[in-house]
Amino acid sequence: MDLKEKLISSYHQTQKDRPKDAFHALREKAISYFEEKGFPNKKEETWRYTSLRPILKEDYQLFPKNENTLTQQDIAPYLTKGLDSYLLVYVDGHFVENLSQPIKTKTFTATSFSKALQEKEDKARIEKYFDQIAPKEDRDRFRSLNTAFTQEGTFIHVERNAVVDKPIQLLYFSTGKEDALLLQPRNLVVVENNAQVKIIERHQSLNENATLTNAVTEIIAAEHTLVDYYKIQNDKYTSSLIDNTFVDQHGNDSAVFVHTFSFGGKLTRNNLRASQNAEHLNTTFKGVTILEGNQHVDHNTFVHHLQPNNESHQDYKGMFDDRSHGVFDGYILVDRIAQKTDGYQKSDNILMSDRAIAHAKPQLEIYADDVLCSHGCTIGQMDKEALFYLQSRGVPKKEAKALMMYAFCTSVLSSVTIPELKAQIDGYISSKLGVKMDFDSELID
Amino acid sequence: MAKYTEEDLKKELETQEYEYGFYTDIESDTIAPGLNEDTVRLISKKKNEPAWLTEWRLDALEIWKKMKLPTWAHVNFKEPDYQAISYYSSPTKGAKYNSIDEVDPELLDTFKKLGISLEEQKRLAGVAVDIVMDSTSVATTFRKTLAEKGIIFCPISEAIQEHPDLVRKYLGTVVPKTDNFEAALNSAVFSDGSFCYIPKGVRCPMELSTYFRINQGGTGQFERTLLIADQDSYVSYLEGCTAPSRNENQFHAAVVELIALEGAEIKYSTVQNWYPGDKEGNGGVLNLVTKRGICEKNAKISWTQVETGSAVTWKYPSCILKGDNSVGEFYSIAVTNNHQQADTGTKMTHLGKNTRSTIISKGISAGYSQNSYRGEVSIGRNADNARNFTQCDSLLMGNNCGAHTFPYVELKNPTAQLEHEATTSKIGEDQIFYCNQRGIDEEKAIALIVNGFGKEVLKKLPMEFAIEAQKLLEISLEGSVG
Repeated sequence: MDLKEKLISSYHQTQKDRPKDAFHALREKAISYFEEKGFPNKKEETWRYTSLRPILKEDYQLFPKNENTLTQQDIAPYLTKGLDSYLLVYVDGHFVENLSQPIKTKTFTATSFSKALQEKEDKARIEKYFDQIAPKEDRDRFRSLNTAFTQEGTFIHVERNAVVDKPIQLLYFSTGKEDALLLQPRNLVVVENNAQVKIIERHQSLNENATLTNAVTEIIAAEHTLVDYYKIQNDKYTSSLIDNTFVDQHGNDSAVFVHTFSFGGKLTRNNLRASQNAEHLNTTFKGVTILEGNQHVDHNTFVHHLQPNNESHQDYKGMFDDRSHGVFDGYILVDRIAQKTDGYQKSDNILMSDRAIAHAKPQLEIYADDVLCSHGCTIGQMDKEALFYLQSRGVPKKEAKALMMYAFCTSVLSSVTIPELKAQIDGYISSKLGVKMDFDSELID
Repeated sequence: MAKYTEEDLKKELETQEYEYGFYTDIESDTIAPGLNEDTVRLISKKKNEPAWLTEWRLDALEIWKKMKLPTWAHVNFKEPDYQAISYYSSPTKGAKYNSIDEVDPELLDTFKKLGISLEEQKRLAGVAVDIVMDSTSVATTFRKTLAEKGIIFCPISEAIQEHPDLVRKYLGTVVPKTDNFEAALNSAVFSDGSFCYIPKGVRCPMELSTYFRINQGGTGQFERTLLIADQDSYVSYLEGCTAPSRNENQFHAAVVELIALEGAEIKYSTVQNWYPGDKEGNGGVLNLVTKRGICEKNAKISWTQVETGSAVTWKYPSCILKGDNSVGEFYSIAVTNNHQQADTGTKMTHLGKNTRSTIISKGISAGYSQNSYRGEVSIGRNADNARNFTQCDSLLMGNNCGAHTFPYVELKNPTAQLEHEATTSKIGEDQIFYCNQRGIDEEKAIALIVNGFGKEVLKKLPMEFAIEAQKLLEISLEGSVG
C-alpha cells in the first residue's frame, strides 16, 4: 500500500472517532481533493526540480501511539538563547503544556488549537478563519492533506491596537520513537487592525529516524498590521519538511515579512503564497540557504498582486556544497487592476562544489502596464581578488571564505529584527561553514 | 542610413492594415488534405526522393502519431485539424529557372509588391535570394557566384538529389525527429526549404537570404532549413517571411538546423511578419517553429530575430554549445499588438569549457496581446568557466495586454557565472512629453522610443533588414497609443 492509499484509508477510519464539528465539511472536501490529485510529481511545472520519491517511500506512522515526554533540558539546545519569549512546545504532534507558556490576555492569545477550541470566542475565530485563504491556483495538495489530518497546532490572535510584547516561539519536536513519523501541524495567525506580532517557528527531530512534517501556516493580516515571521530549518539530515505558508493581507497598509533560514533537513520544500487583497501593502519573503551533503531545498514563492499600489520583495541567497541541490522558483502575478505595483525578485547563488546543482526560475506574469517589476538572478563564485585581499591581511582562507559568505547574506540578515535570533542564526551559519566566528563582532573589529 | 521620412511613415500608416495581404493567383499543384502514410509517400515521390529519406519520413510520422501538442506555452489557440491541411502545394510552373526572365511574371509581381523584386535584389547589395513560395524554391539567384567559392546554396529538395551524402549526414542531427510534436510533423511532411553548405575556410561574400510566403489557403508550410558551416567558415543568413491575408489560421511548422563546425561562425537573422490576424483576432498564422544550432570548438552562432507578425508565435532559437570556447548569442525583439500572442525565447545549453552566451530579449506588447519570454540557460557538469548574461526587458502599452517572463536557470558547475535580469515597464509620460516639446507628435514619439528600446537588437541586424525591421516596428504598433 503506498502512502496515498494509506493516508486515505486511515482518514476514513479515524473519521468515525472525530466529532462532526464545524471543520468536518472542510476535511471531507480536502481529502477528496487529495484523493483526486495525489502527490505531485516531477512532470508538474512547479515540482520540476524536486522529487518526492525518496521521502514518500517511507512507511510513516500517521498517529504516534503514545505521548512521549521531554524535559526542559531536552529542548534547551533548540531555544533561541537569551530570548525572552512566549514558548509553545509540541512533542510528536501533541501540545506539552508544562514546557510551554500559552497566554491569553485581553489583547492577544497564543495557544494551542486544542486549548483555543475550548474558549467560545477563540473557537468562533478559528471557525471563521481556518482554511479560508484561497490562492489563485486551485487548492494545494499538501494543504488539503494537512486540513484533513491536522489535530493540533498554534492559534495566535492579536486584538486591535495591540503589540505583542515578546516574540512567540513555536517548537515542534519529534522524538523519533517511531521508525518513521508523519506530522501535520497547523498554525493560524490572525492579526487585527493596528496590531503587531513576531513569531519564530521551528521543526526539530531528536534522533535519526525519518520524519516528514507537512506544516501549514495561515497568516491573516488586517489594516496597519506588522507580522514578522521567522522559520528556522536546521533539522537532522533524515528529516524532511514540506512547509506551506499562506498570507492574506486584506487590510490596507499592512506589512508581512517571512524569513526562511534553511540549513538542515534532507528535503525541504517551502511553499509561500501571498495574496494582496488591499492597497499599500508590503509582502517580503527572504531566505538564506546553506546546504551540504545530499540536502535539497526548494523555495517556491507566489505573490499575487490583486490590488493597486502594492509592493513585494523577494530576496534569496543560496550556497550549495557537496551534492546538494538548491531550487528557487518564484512567481509574481500582477492583475490588470494592480497598477503601480512594485515587484522585485532576486535569487543569488554560489556553488561550492562541482557536484552541487542550483536551479532558479524567477517568473513574472504581468497584465498591468503602469508597474515596476524586475527580477534578477545570479549564479557565480566568490571573488578571488577579495579572498586574496582578506588573506593578505592575515585572515586564514577558511575564515576569509566564511566572512565573504556571511557578507553575501547580509541583505537578508540585516532585516532580522530580533537580535537574539540573529545571533543564533549567525551561529548556525558559522557552524555550517565550519568556522568558529562571531561574525558581528568580527566585522566591527 | 534612413532616407525614410515622415511622409513615408504617414503613407505607410494609412495602409498599415496588412500591406502584404494579397493573394497571388498561380496555378498550384496541391494535394488533397489529410495526413497518413500515403500522403508522406506521395510527397516523397513527388520530390523524387531516395528510399532512405522516405523511410525517415515514415518513421517521423509514426513518432508524431504518438505525440501530443504540448500545452505549457503561454498561448491560447485552437489546435489545427491536421487532417484538414494540404501538405503539399507547389506552383506548377515553378520548375527550374536559370535566369529571371523565365520566372512566371505574376510571381515576379508578387515579389515586387513585397518590395523585394529579384531585379532589384540583383542590383542591390549583393543579396542572393532563395525564394520559397508555398514550399517549393522557385528561384535561386547568385548561385553561380557562390558556386565558384564552393558554397552550396539551394533548395533542400535539390540538395537531396545532388548532395545526398551531406544531407544524410546532417539532417536531423540537431533537431531529431523525436524532439517535439511540431518537429516530428515537419520531419514527416517537409516539402522544401533551404540548404546551405559553406566549405572549409570560406567566408561567404554576401548575405544569403530566403523569403518565405504562405500563399495557398489551407496549406501548411513545413519548410526545413539545414545550414552547415564547415571549419573556420563564416556565413550570414537572412530569413524573412510574409503571408497574405487569409481568414482561417494558417499553420507554419518549420525546422531550422544550424551546424557550426570547428571555428565556424553563423549569423542567422529573421524578420517575421506573417499575417497577424485582424483587429478582432480572427485569422492569422500559427507559427510554431523549432530552431536550433550546434557549436563545435571555437564556433559561434548568433540568432537575431524581429518578430512582429503571426497570430501565435511559439519559437525558441537555441544553441547547443558543445565545443570548448564556443559562443551562442540571441537577440530578439518581439512585438505583439491586437490579439497576437507570442511565446518566444531561447535555450542555451553549455556543455563545453569556456563557453559563453548572451541573451538580449525585448518584448513589446500592445492592444490585447500577450507576450512572453521563456528561456533556459543550463550549464553542464563539464562546462568550466561558462559565462552567461541574460537581459529581458518588456514594455507594456495600454492596460489590456500582458508581458511575462519565464526564465529557467540550471547550474551544475561551480566555476560558471551567470546573470539574469529582467524589467517590465511602460513608456514614461515624461519621455513622451519631452518629445512633444520638441515638436514630435505622440505616434512618432512612441516609434522613436520603441526603436530606442530595441536598439541593442536592431543594431545586430544586417543593414537592409534593420531598416525594414524599424519600419515594421512602427507599423505594428500603430494605433496602440490611447
